[in-house]
Amino acid sequence: MTERKIDRDTKISRRTMLGTLGAAAGLAGSTSVLPGVARMAHAQGSGPIKLGFQVHRTGIGSAYGRWYERVATAAVDRINASGGINGREVEMIAEDDGTDPRRGAEVLERFSSLHNTDAVFGPLFSHVVIGSAPRAGELKMPYFVVSEGHHVASGILNRYTLQPGITDVKSQVISMAPFIADNVGKKVTMIYPDFAFGHDHRDFFSEAIAAQGGEVIQKIAIPPTETSFTKYFPSIPRETEVVYHVMVGPAVLTFVREMGEFFGGRGPALFGFIDSLEAVDITSPGLEFLDGSYFWEGMARHAQPDQTPHEDAYRAAVGVDAKGASVDDPRDVSTYAHMFGVWETLAVMKAGMEASGYQGPDDRTALIEAVEGMTDMPLSDDHPQGDKVFNGKTHQVFGHQNITQLKNGTLERVHRTSIEDTFYEDEVDYTSQSF
Amino acid sequence: MEFGPHLILASLEGAVTAAILSLTAIGLSIVFGVMRVVNVAHGEFFMLGAVFAWYISQFLGTHPALGFVAAILIAPLLVGTLAAGLDRLILQRIDYNPERTIVATIGILYILQQGTLMTFGPDARPVAPPFNQVIAIPWFEFTDAGFEIYWPWGLGITSYKLFIIFAAAVVLAGVWLLMTRTKFGLIMRATQQDRETAQAFGVPVDKVFAYVFGLGAALAAVGAVLVVPVQQAHYLMGFDPLLLSFIVVIIGGLGSLPGTVIAAVLIGMTDGIISVFFSPTLAKIIATLAVAMVLVFRPRGLMGK
Repeated sequence: MTERKIDRDTKISRRTMLGTLGAAAGLAGSTSVLPGVARMAHAQGSGPIKLGFQVHRTGIGSAYGRWYERVATAAVDRINASGGINGREVEMIAEDDGTDPRRGAEVLERFSSLHNTDAVFGPLFSHVVIGSAPRAGELKMPYFVVSEGHHVASGILNRYTLQPGITDVKSQVISMAPFIADNVGKKVTMIYPDFAFGHDHRDFFSEAIAAQGGEVIQKIAIPPTETSFTKYFPSIPRETEVVYHVMVGPAVLTFVREMGEFFGGRGPALFGFIDSLEAVDITSPGLEFLDGSYFWEGMARHAQPDQTPHEDAYRAAVGVDAKGASVDDPRDVSTYAHMFGVWETLAVMKAGMEASGYQGPDDRTALIEAVEGMTDMPLSDDHPQGDKVFNGKTHQVFGHQNITQLKNGTLERVHRTSIEDTFYEDEVDYTSQSF
Repeated sequence: MEFGPHLILASLEGAVTAAILSLTAIGLSIVFGVMRVVNVAHGEFFMLGAVFAWYISQFLGTHPALGFVAAILIAPLLVGTLAAGLDRLILQRIDYNPERTIVATIGILYILQQGTLMTFGPDARPVAPPFNQVIAIPWFEFTDAGFEIYWPWGLGITSYKLFIIFAAAVVLAGVWLLMTRTKFGLIMRATQQDRETAQAFGVPVDKVFAYVFGLGAALAAVGAVLVVPVQQAHYLMGFDPLLLSFIVVIIGGLGSLPGTVIAAVLIGMTDGIISVFFSPTLAKIIATLAVAMVLVFRPRGLMGK
């Protein structure tokens, strides 16, 4: 009874078949011509400078991706408004990597062979960076990541991968530990996402708090794709003084809300990386329990009374109000603590291209050497988060970290570390590697 | 956390999982039982239910309770209508051929998933629960001071989670009444037992199939609307419910409603308890192992005929 239609459906006439083949051949022919044309335009050192933007438009990093893209667009507009780079216009080409390491590597190949970009920037999620960076090295494509992970400075990547726009987890947590031990508590339970970024938190914070006389008494790893969290919380030991939480992924709001329901106002003190609440309205129903808790923030989401004019200009340029939400839609909360990294990365790329007299892809190594030669980056419109120090050997930037406390719905800064608080011994010297 | 409170919490969490799972799995089971269709897109109907719930509640923008009531009435209806339409448009045309339906429903899976991504975007969307009080449960211990009652962290449940369990039970009872006490149920059971004889007795089998496919999808959507104030609506959320529903339906016996409910409670509770005591990954491993064991030793499932 179910077989009778097969013949009719699968029969393809010779004419249709030939037509399809012809169309496919035409398509294949036309695409193989394009890269050749693009290469010629570049060999002459004219036309726009093409920057590939590897963006998490979909997948678990999409909230960050949306805001990273807005910031990147605003930063490129600003560069072009001030005359571009070396007198040439900057063209940004965005490709979605689906927050997926395999697609991340494919995107780099597209940038190299299809778009022939001068450099690539932008990814945040550490597994995507770790999955893509080897390909960047093979393609000899400068790869400016904005990811916080310790993977750049740890030496596991390569000379083509740099992180000049955002500080890494290791420097963040070692500068947080003294504050936590002195002001919040010494017996810590850690909750973190179960991938490279979370493991950086686990390893470096455990060391750092031990150096302060504290102790991590329980470590709870949660897959970043998880959607329901209550089942993880019972492993928090009763003697815990501080819960250190850092979570990413589409379900961060559920994570925090369920944590509030779990403790029901009777729990330990909380210290969170704002990652757990990026792109989430901190006054959402169910989050009242967060009042009084502390957060690490790369850049304080809520405008502080002493906000610099540089940050005023940055907020206006990226379209974010004093509460860290989009000026067009107050419900659309930004990933403010991280996204400045895209802005500052593009500023560093521009400075590097200008210092090296960048003309075209042949000058890619000169660009990397120019960035490696950078040290002090003063507070300015290029660096609205604050002054920074770049370490050319480890390809990693160092800067101030902020601790805010939530008081009546507002994140108020209670501590700002010095840059020296975030230093640690070099673990690699990329400049000794050949290109 | 001590063993006693831990076990109570695990059971409560397990009961919520079981409630949602039994709704989703019963939808899959009805579709398979009556139509003999393996619906790989079932998880996407679940996802659509959740996304529609978010859309409806934020579109109305009124009190959360009103938005939720509207969502639970409208979202399953929309999803059911869409599914019935897809049945007429696609499955009926390929004559419910088993291999082709699997391929076709895989196609539907991707179309619904990517369509949702393109229409509603990649973000996870929250829906406010209509009510949500934390109900703390006390526990006792024997200290030097003797017997003492205290309130351990986390030992509690929210009123909304209790409502999920209650609402799922009501819907399941409704499905049972529909199947056993109504004329439509009689027609469905007749079609299930012998499609051709039913047709010979004047049962419009095509129409019944469209209704059944719609009903199955709508049940998944009801489960999703109930769970979305606890989780969040997201275009990739359909995978876990699909996998667990298949596990439940295979263990319970394909097409058997009581078997499906029993298996859902079994899997939901073990999932909750093993997740809380050990790890959620181990819970998934054990559930999948259970399926393999059932297929080896009792291929009909617990209650299959």
